[in-house]
Amino acid sequence: MTGRFSWFNITALTLGFAFLYLPMLILIVYSFNESRLVTVWAGFSTKWYVSLMGNDAFLDAAWVTLKVAVMSSTLATVLGTMAAYVMVRSGRFLGRTLFSGMIYAPLVMPEVITGLSLLLFFIAIGLDRGVVTIVLAHTTFAMCYVSVVVSARLVSFDRQLEEAALDLGCTPFDAFKSVTLPIIAPAVIAGWLLAFTLSLDDLVIASFTSGPSSTTLPIKIFSAVRLGVSPEINALSTIMIAIVTLGVIVASLISKRAIVRQQEDEQKALQK
Amino acid sequence: MGQSNGKQVFAPWENPEEKPIIRFGGVTKRFGDFTAIDDLTLDIYAREFFALLGPSGCGKTTLMRMLAGFESPSAGTIELDGKDIAAVPPNKRAVNMMFQSYALFPHLSVYENIAFGLKRSSMPKADVDGRVGEMLRLTRLEAFARRKPHQISGGQRQRVALARSLAKAPKLLLLDEPMGALDKKLRQDTQFELMDIQEKTGTTFVIVTHDQEEAMTVASRVAVMDHGRIVQVATPDRIYEMPNSVYVADFIGDVNIIKGNAKRLDEAKTEVHWAEGQAPFLGTTNSEVQSGAACFFAIRPEKVAITMDRPKSAANAVSGKVLDIAYLGNISTYHVKLATGEIFKAQMANDRRIARRSFTWDDKVWLSWTDTAGVILAR
Ligand SMILES: Nc1ncnc2c1ncn2[C@@H]1O[C@H](COP(=O)(O)OP(=O)(O)O)[C@@H](O)[C@H]1O
Ligand SMILES: [Mg+2]
Repeated sequence: MTGRFSWFNITALTLGFAFLYLPMLILIVYSFNESRLVTVWAGFSTKWYVSLMGNDAFLDAAWVTLKVAVMSSTLATVLGTMAAYVMVRSGRFLGRTLFSGMIYAPLVMPEVITGLSLLLFFIAIGLDRGVVTIVLAHTTFAMCYVSVVVSARLVSFDRQLEEAALDLGCTPFDAFKSVTLPIIAPAVIAGWLLAFTLSLDDLVIASFTSGPSSTTLPIKIFSAVRLGVSPEINALSTIMIAIVTLGVIVASLISKRAIVRQQEDEQKALQK
Repeated sequence: MGQSNGKQVFAPWENPEEKPIIRFGGVTKRFGDFTAIDDLTLDIYAREFFALLGPSGCGKTTLMRMLAGFESPSAGTIELDGKDIAAVPPNKRAVNMMFQSYALFPHLSVYENIAFGLKRSSMPKADVDGRVGEMLRLTRLEAFARRKPHQISGGQRQRVALARSLAKAPKLLLLDEPMGALDKKLRQDTQFELMDIQEKTGTTFVIVTHDQEEAMTVASRVAVMDHGRIVQVATPDRIYEMPNSVYVADFIGDVNIIKGNAKRLDEAKTEVHWAEGQAPFLGTTNSEVQSGAACFFAIRPEKVAITMDRPKSAANAVSGKVLDIAYLGNISTYHVKLATGEIFKAQMANDRRIARRSFTWDDKVWLSWTDTAGVILAR
């Protein structure tokens, strides 16, 4: 036995993490670069952060992007989970195949077509392009991804667990909330993260559905990079990474606390 | 056996005034074109310990799921306390079920699994803790309260499932093979515990079991099922002593079955002519057996005496040769081959020491039994 940390595991872990995080690390390091040239290290400085604070265009775009990503991924997670639940639970009904096919169709649809059709749709119903339209557009396509991830989990979910919850006095909604959802939570969270990242880096659909007052960061960066990469962009990205990391840490701390409290409850019951 | 020992005899099914707590009226359940429950009519009374017995796939779980509200009958009605429960959802039924597959919540600890139903009732929080503690002690799971279901053994999981369904002390408790994974000692303890709970709380139990000994120990009545139908419902002793068919006799306990032709002597006594040149067997009739019709003579091995010489005053006696002896500790089963080729089983208590046991292989012996020991069955 080589234990859990054999050389193979360590190598695989290192390589995997290097692939994931090395580019980001380089980006973070260069955001503190004194030099204007992105590829030459000239000493530590926070001046790009300072100059970023003065760059309203970037800050606005970042704020729009974050708002859109949070709203659309949350909406997509709710809708996608509901769609997955209905598809997996309802068994056979008339038009089921058509219905499920239609849920997954946007997955294979070229983004340009999705973007264009959404644009035409928003114009047709007379909705002014802005944050709302981007959120709606992102929700539409991210929802399919969430639905795929969640239904894969639901298929292997033992339905008797829900029945047991009903049997013990739960309403169907309570059973879903306190049994089904906690068990499929990893898939739902994965779906949310997927939707969040999809929204964060979407360029094509956002270009079709954004308005003059609601440019997202990818659009902004894409147009700025054509004029040359500025270290300000590195600084901006570093801030976003920091926000996301902080969010994850806070979320896990909160759930840890809940577990500790439950264990205290159990302990009390046993002391009697 | 059963509950007929001492005190007042508990037999609400014999009282026409008594209202059943559960009433199946012509219930049929179909899955596609497969009929799982076939026009079943059955009354179960409050405070009963009702056992469902039958081979795998005969519809026991389906019957329970209809009571709990997870399946609805394709035809017929189910009444609980005199009210049709077709429209009542599972969470509104005063019924708890222990699932054959346990269905423990994997994300919750043993403690939380047991507390799950209590937290959703009107019980105050302080009482919930007390009640869960009680259940943990009952099922001897105190040491595992904080473990998750995947951190305990199969037998322990089964006890968690049992504790969880018992916790709410429902009016009707459905137990689907509740003790299959327990070892013999713990199973016996749990059986007595269940009977004790029932005595204290007055809960009505419907229990599915594969183990006929278990059914005999705990049940007030036993229903033997076959292919979605109930073949016989009776108290354990009646099921055992007076089965209404070969199927029931064979399913519960060991039995010798001899095919023959009936000849009725009077209301109760019937002769069975089973072989040319052999004296007929004499026994009691349980079901409608017509004179001259084909029938089956059923006799339990423990009712057959085995002797060296022909007993003088036995109503039935037949001779044969010892083929095999199965030593089971407290008893031995002798397989005796008759001159006509049939193999008879006879049981004898081993109340003597080994050295003094009298029969061995190939001995010529006589089998005998009284005129009321055997039952004559039409089918
Ligand atoms: N949901 C279902 N769909 C189709 N067939 C089913 C379903 N549930 C049970 N059955 C069938 O009904 C029969 C009775 O099943 P069950 O009640 O589980 O038997 P038991 O518990 O006595 O072993 C079996 O043949 C089983 O295959
Ligand atoms: Mg079953």
